Amino acid sequence: MSKKPRVIVFRTAGTNCNVETTFAFKQCGALVDEVHLEKLFAGKVKLSDYHIMALPGGFSYGDDIASGRLFANELRIRLGDDVKRFIDDKKLVIGICNGFQILVKAGILPGPFTPGALKQTATLTNNDSGKFEARWVHLKVSGKSVWTDGLKDIIYIPVAHGEGKFIPGDEKLLKVLEDNGQIAFRYVKADGTAPCYPENPNGSTEDIAGITDPTGRVLGLMPHPERHFQATQHPFWTRLGGKSKLGDGAKVFQNGVDYVKKHLL
Amino acid sequence: MIWRVEIKDKEGQFDSLGSGVHRDILDLGIETVDAVHVLLVYMIDGDLTAVEVERVCRELLVDQVVQDFRFDDKPFSKSFVKAVNAHTIEVAYNPGVMDPVEASALKGIRDLGLSGVKAIRTARQFVIEGELSDKQIEFIKDKALLNKIVQHAVKKPADPFKPIVLDRVIQDKPQVAVLKMLGLADKGLVELSKKGQLYLNLAEMKAIQKHFASLKREPTDIELETIAQTWSEHCNHKTFRGKIKYTYKEKNKTKTEVIDNLIKATIFKATRSLDKKWCVSVFHDNAGIIKFDKEDNVCFKVETHNHPSALEPFGGSNTGVGGVIRDILGTGLGAKPIANTDVFCFASPDYPVKDLPVGTLHPKRVLKGVVSGVRDYGNKMGIPTVNGAICFDDKYVGNPLVFCGDVGIIPKGREKKAAKKGDYVVVAGGRTGRDGIHGATFSSGELTHESEVVSSGAVQIGNPIEEKKVLDVLLQGRDEDLYTAVTDCGAGGLSSAVGEMGAVLGARIDLDKVPLKYQGLNYTEIWISESQERMVYAVSPKNFPRLKEIYDGENVELAVIGTFTGTGKLELVYHGVPVCKLDMHFLHEGTPKIVKEAVWTEPKHKEPSFVCPSNFDEKIRQVLSDYNVCSKEAVVRRYDHEVQGAGVVKPFVGPACDGPSDATVLRVKLSGDKGIALSNGINPRFGKIDPYWMAASAIDEAIRQIIAVGGDLKEVAILDNFCWGNPDKPDRLGGLVRAAKACYDFAVAYGTPFISGKDSFYNEYTDKGKSIAIPGTLLISAIGVMDDVTRAVTMDLKKPGNLIYVIGTTYDELGGSAYLSTFGLVGNNVPKVNAKAALQTYEAIIKATKKRLIASAHDCSEGGLLTALIEMAFAGGFGATAIMKAIPFEGDNKRDDVILFSESNSRLIVEVSPENKRAFERVMTGIPMGMFGRVQETPEVFVYGLKENLCLKANVHELKEVWKKPLQF
Repeated sequence: MSKKPRVIVFRTAGTNCNVETTFAFKQCGALVDEVHLEKLFAGKVKLSDYHIMALPGGFSYGDDIASGRLFANELRIRLGDDVKRFIDDKKLVIGICNGFQILVKAGILPGPFTPGALKQTATLTNNDSGKFEARWVHLKVSGKSVWTDGLKDIIYIPVAHGEGKFIPGDEKLLKVLEDNGQIAFRYVKADGTAPCYPENPNGSTEDIAGITDPTGRVLGLMPHPERHFQATQHPFWTRLGGKSKLGDGAKVFQNGVDYVKKHLL
Repeated sequence: MIWRVEIKDKEGQFDSLGSGVHRDILDLGIETVDAVHVLLVYMIDGDLTAVEVERVCRELLVDQVVQDFRFDDKPFSKSFVKAVNAHTIEVAYNPGVMDPVEASALKGIRDLGLSGVKAIRTARQFVIEGELSDKQIEFIKDKALLNKIVQHAVKKPADPFKPIVLDRVIQDKPQVAVLKMLGLADKGLVELSKKGQLYLNLAEMKAIQKHFASLKREPTDIELETIAQTWSEHCNHKTFRGKIKYTYKEKNKTKTEVIDNLIKATIFKATRSLDKKWCVSVFHDNAGIIKFDKEDNVCFKVETHNHPSALEPFGGSNTGVGGVIRDILGTGLGAKPIANTDVFCFASPDYPVKDLPVGTLHPKRVLKGVVSGVRDYGNKMGIPTVNGAICFDDKYVGNPLVFCGDVGIIPKGREKKAAKKGDYVVVAGGRTGRDGIHGATFSSGELTHESEVVSSGAVQIGNPIEEKKVLDVLLQGRDEDLYTAVTDCGAGGLSSAVGEMGAVLGARIDLDKVPLKYQGLNYTEIWISESQERMVYAVSPKNFPRLKEIYDGENVELAVIGTFTGTGKLELVYHGVPVCKLDMHFLHEGTPKIVKEAVWTEPKHKEPSFVCPSNFDEKIRQVLSDYNVCSKEAVVRRYDHEVQGAGVVKPFVGPACDGPSDATVLRVKLSGDKGIALSNGINPRFGKIDPYWMAASAIDEAIRQIIAVGGDLKEVAILDNFCWGNPDKPDRLGGLVRAAKACYDFAVAYGTPFISGKDSFYNEYTDKGKSIAIPGTLLISAIGVMDDVTRAVTMDLKKPGNLIYVIGTTYDELGGSAYLSTFGLVGNNVPKVNAKAALQTYEAIIKATKKRLIASAHDCSEGGLLTALIEMAFAGGFGATAIMKAIPFEGDNKRDDVILFSESNSRLIVEVSPENKRAFERVMTGIPMGMFGRVQETPEVFVYGLKENLCLKANVHELKEVWKKPLQF
């Protein structure tokens, strides 16, 4: 019997998209454990036992001070070396919504990540609307990443966040991201053209919705692919009449699991 | 040493907080503000060096990509923001108000490896640029920047660490306060009740006096408080359970009837007589439970949180959501929340500021605050807010209504609980503070402009992350079977939680064992505090270590505070000193039954007497932009309605995701096709004519919405939420009796049992001796099990060329309609319900849905048939042609406007493809219906009146904008 890809879904106070994220990976054939941070700190669970590290959405520590900040510090300070080794071992990381905020604020994205003092080069901050936005968005897929391989040109998945405006620390970084193919998703209109509000729901620079690290193996994005895993999660599936039972986001998880099967097992 | 850190957005960054405040100030009618900047302020009390503080800033408090900061060990005099004409106001929470950021910041500093920080306080500094008088600044401060119930403007920023309770000596040798009650005459008893904010009436005070006389001793303060909490209207539902002498007129004869226990005679009776096997637990637990599938049941509860929301809209709705979620956590041995619902009633957002009763907040501010409170709690708990409604009527000006609902899933066999003799009493979750004192009794009286002073202690702000932690560990403890009973700490605090769990066994509690937020609470405060995010368990001593291990592992505090004794007594001890010994039986059964008078007189509203317009272009725009009809999207987008991924029919549907769904359909388990539909029915305008038909209409509306989304009727349960005025006033109570009677009649007729409910009285606001009562308001929430969610139907028109049918009969029933309201009228012809005919209609539609013959369906409610048709058209992005002659109508007053705008019940509009026409019509044989229209490719509606005159031609995109705009502020 062949081994199965193993996914660790992180959990702490305020994490709340763990169930859907776990469901998505399981459906794609992975073994998934939802693990509370305290268990990792206590050494009861080892990160190195897993192939994919998933940081799900939610409001870790209530977004107090700033979204993802406290979790990011815990990750960087208490698990920094383990995370670095995980990435160096060519394993995969995905951060969705709050998970993306955490990865950015820990300096893991856009990366490359080095443990130790904080090197945060970009941020995710308050939406321009000043409001929490729960709505569906079209994303144009770009860049090169194992996570986005073979996705449709434009996918449709929901966002739900108050702090999703991506801002790079400087212009240079933007160019680096572009040149390295690190921009994984951009908000667009349904026809693929440049968006306004609310198609870009937060005012992100260059309509950036998701980025990867230089290796393409660490992905962070504000929209929720796990919430469009099934076809009936589409907000107007009743008028589409499609045959597939899967939604646009399913391929992201399948890509992760397939990569592990191919390269790490 | 105290460090002060100030953080502002970098030059050139868009300050979204500031621009939001700017908008709020514009709403106040002040237009001379040029810009608003918001600064975040942290004050850190502890032994840190300047280098360490700088590190705390760079790595924790400040996002250096977008923010600048400065810090100092002195208060700053000059503002950090370069601005002209700047006015600076700093706002902080009042001592004792929970601010979760403080605890998080302390944790964050510890995570950096720094110790020695004792406390942190936060504040916000508003820098307002513009020409403003001092009076205007004061006005802005009070109306837009702070709510004095929970916040204050900081005068001396150097002294933020004033201990929370200084005005009281900490009791290390407690003195028991024994009252003098036995010798008191009536006047003295009334005074004692009033002085203690007990809200007990004379008969109750006398019963208590008699009880203690028989014990030959005086009560202690905490004993009287405990009785007041338990007997409060909020906890004991005295009105519904008492005796009512009901007088009404029938055929010009005055009749009188005495009703003993109204709730038993109506709501409970309906459920009992229906006796549905799928009802697992009704009325006695925190929520009603019905069967879902072989493994699990689902439960549903809707609460009200009106009084707190009137005073502090954010905190009020916030803790309302938190409270109803705890109800679900405390249902059976604990359920997992899967969906929230929220229904609000406000006065008009256009209410003139100058006409506001003294002490009330402007409805727009109430709305924004309430929505933010729901957003904060629901989103942070990770529970999707999937269904709701918002009603507007100026009578809600002093008493907005906030209904918060929660649905949970609970494994079969986990619905029963019972503490055992010898079990520990364990309190878990948040700590206990002085917040929320007297919430239960406060909500059992009318509000006045003094309420904000007298009862401010009753209002709190929640900490959803604390509750999320509790949820995570609670389910683990349940699945390992580590406790015998659980309930939430809600109104009345420990007093009511322990009182309920130990009602038979009795309990002994050591009040000094309760974990406190800060020292200085007296024993009564510990006992009745309604501090949020607490649950109480009964745990056998052998299971306690394992439970503690789970809770410790996720940083959730729990403490053993006592034992369930088996003595039938409630014994409270504080530092070894007995302070209370009450007989549980007296506590729960000793309430004297009071007879209340109820009178029902049919109101006579002005009859409409206008000619029927020949063109409805203007009228339809007025109706679509009526706050009661218009799009609620601006509110719904603030809620995460997608988390947990269960949504199959979402709040908004159609290609632009903006068509208003009738009900929500959830796939309860991601791995299966079985699901539930959730809906609600509410229409206070009908109640102004007749609460009986309001209740009937609300039940019909909730049910037909479930039918509209493709639901079934075989397993639909409903919940009642009555919000009424002062039940001691016979006219208010008369309306309530009528509504309750309709609840019985129509629940039985539809076969939909009530499984849970709630009542909230005294929704009256006394201003200058005049009382403003809310219109008696009944919310019916419905939950229906659906075997196959992939059969769900949405309301957006699907395809040009498809046929449009109206199902059900339209009557001359403009009373209470949105249309009459555009003329400033209420009318008298309130919509009635013919349950027999409605059931036949619904059963036929269910058949058609099962055969997948229906392309779209929408219920006709506020705004009538024309509104429903237009909503379907713009939701689908198509046009429609409608011919009114084909609409089944009964009645003499056959006019175009009556047909288009009557809000007659039990009607739906249905779209059917030409291929399915024959099959559909066969299924619908015998049902009154008419094929009255067709879907058009071009986005225009054409409506032909009774004389085949074109009475409306309009672009649907344009109408959609009219409908979407009103609440976008």
